[in-house]
Amino acid sequence: MKYVLDFEKPIFELREKINELKTMTAASEVDLSSEIKTLEARLEKLEKDIYGHLNPWDRVQIARHPERPTALDYIEHLFTDFIELHGDRLYRDDPAIITGIAKYKDEPVTIVGQQRGKNTKENLYRNFASPHPEGYRKALRQMKLAEKFNRPIISFIDTKGAHPGKGAEERGQGEAIARNLREMSHLSVPSISIVIGEGGSGGALGIGLSDHIHMLENSTYSVISPEGAASILWKDATKAKEAALSLKITSHDLRRLNIIDEIIPEPRGGAHRDLPMQAAYLDVYIEKSLNYLMKLSSDQLMNNRWEKYKNIGSF
Amino acid sequence: MQIKSIFAKKKKYAAIPTEKAKQEIPEGLVEKCHNCSKIFYEKEWKNNLHVCPACGAHHKMTAQQRINSIIDEHTFEEWDADIETNNPLDFPEYEQKLKKDQEKTGLKDAVVTGKAKVNGLPTALVVMDPHFRMASMGAVVGEKITRALEKAREQELPIIFFTASGGARMQEGMISLMQMGKTSMAVERFNRAGGCMIVVMTNPTTGGVTASFASIGDYHFAEPGALIGFAGRRIIEQTIREKLPDTFQTAEFQLEHGQIDRVVKRSDLKKLLTTILDLHRPKGDK
Repeated sequence: MKYVLDFEKPIFELREKINELKTMTAASEVDLSSEIKTLEARLEKLEKDIYGHLNPWDRVQIARHPERPTALDYIEHLFTDFIELHGDRLYRDDPAIITGIAKYKDEPVTIVGQQRGKNTKENLYRNFASPHPEGYRKALRQMKLAEKFNRPIISFIDTKGAHPGKGAEERGQGEAIARNLREMSHLSVPSISIVIGEGGSGGALGIGLSDHIHMLENSTYSVISPEGAASILWKDATKAKEAALSLKITSHDLRRLNIIDEIIPEPRGGAHRDLPMQAAYLDVYIEKSLNYLMKLSSDQLMNNRWEKYKNIGSF
Repeated sequence: MQIKSIFAKKKKYAAIPTEKAKQEIPEGLVEKCHNCSKIFYEKEWKNNLHVCPACGAHHKMTAQQRINSIIDEHTFEEWDADIETNNPLDFPEYEQKLKKDQEKTGLKDAVVTGKAKVNGLPTALVVMDPHFRMASMGAVVGEKITRALEKAREQELPIIFFTASGGARMQEGMISLMQMGKTSMAVERFNRAGGCMIVVMTNPTTGGVTASFASIGDYHFAEPGALIGFAGRRIIEQTIREKLPDTFQTAEFQLEHGQIDRVVKRSDLKKLLTTILDLHRPKGDK
């Protein structure tokens, strides 16, 4: 594997050692199987130890893992007949956000998601999943279509934030997000959003004001990046680790604070270790949410949504 | 004895008062314009609505000053004055910072809400005070704005916002972020009930406030020179590796790019607001 996170190093070193021993056993007459067995047991314990005690900063690293599955990966595993639909009809198509329609268990759904690239070239094309106003406007266009044709909306949240740029400001980045929030708040169809990587501030929320909000276990959702918070608060971006802890950005923190609905488990080590399994976990939660939400009338949906967001706050 | 020693040693550098000494100039006596550096007596500032008499720069106002500049005397009825945050994330140093700003401003948090009359016309008011944590939005700001919109809806009042904000309040983390959703939802409830929402953007209106309630009113005005935008200038400059012009993200820039209806001088605001309130008077109401 190409990318090894710092805190995972002991695991990878041990695994490499085991592999070496295995090669030696295969190549020579020496039987090292008992040593291998001992080391494998130790590896198991080490993995449990490390992955069972991830601190917020470790999770930030996993959420940003270059091999972490993206919205399109999940779409491929979870839906059929996906048709991507482009453009905001006002300015241009924003590749940082993908939208489209598909079938989920034979029922039509609308899909919206921030889309990261898997390599530099893709990331430049996708603008590292940081949308411009036209991305939010495209998403809104699709959500209004979902409302018209009475199908639920599933959003995949995966962005460091809305793009901070000249054109984005000139074309009303703030207005685009604000309008989405206002419109999403009163959509007559069910909506689910799932944070699959980083949920970066208003840029994430701009497609995520949903009836249910779920998070993959190692994803993060934050009002500001830990680095940003550290540099503003303590004038020192290297204190990001502390900021990650203080900001309460992990799925477990946000479940406790009642900001999100469910934590979707990840395979040990993170979603990138086993995409089909991760997709299967997602499937369970999406189905559960849709089963619940599809039974509600539009009025009930809107009332519940108001109750949900109205009550977020502590004073 | 050398002849040099007869003369007192001449100091090489002029003494410049330190930052601390500068701050020790008694407050409430004079104010210096941040734009043209001219100094005026406090009274002149007040009489001129905190607009520089020399260059016209619009200075920040406290919530109290703002309310007094707009409403008819003794007509303000404040709502929810006592809601106070309880530091839900247990964020380090947050309580001390809050306490300092509470003492400085006399407010519990960064927004004052209520109802009043403007030239006889009743309206709800939401006034953000940039002297309190840069009027960043945490749970208290979000809650008070939401309640004000709900009360205005129930009482069938128009609502005027004076926005000023550095964005979402970091120390309340995701609770702050979700206030964007909550306030936007309240705006839409108010909107669907037919309420009239006027937003006056003042310096600075940025971040999560620009990306929520501040951008979705019916009428959008801004004071001259006010900084209005989503992302911070420094972050944009770092991202695009380009120096931005001074006019970037000003009220005038937003007008030019179609994001607001008008730029309005502070001295003209009361008249404009009165006219708009008058134009939206309920039918049959004289």
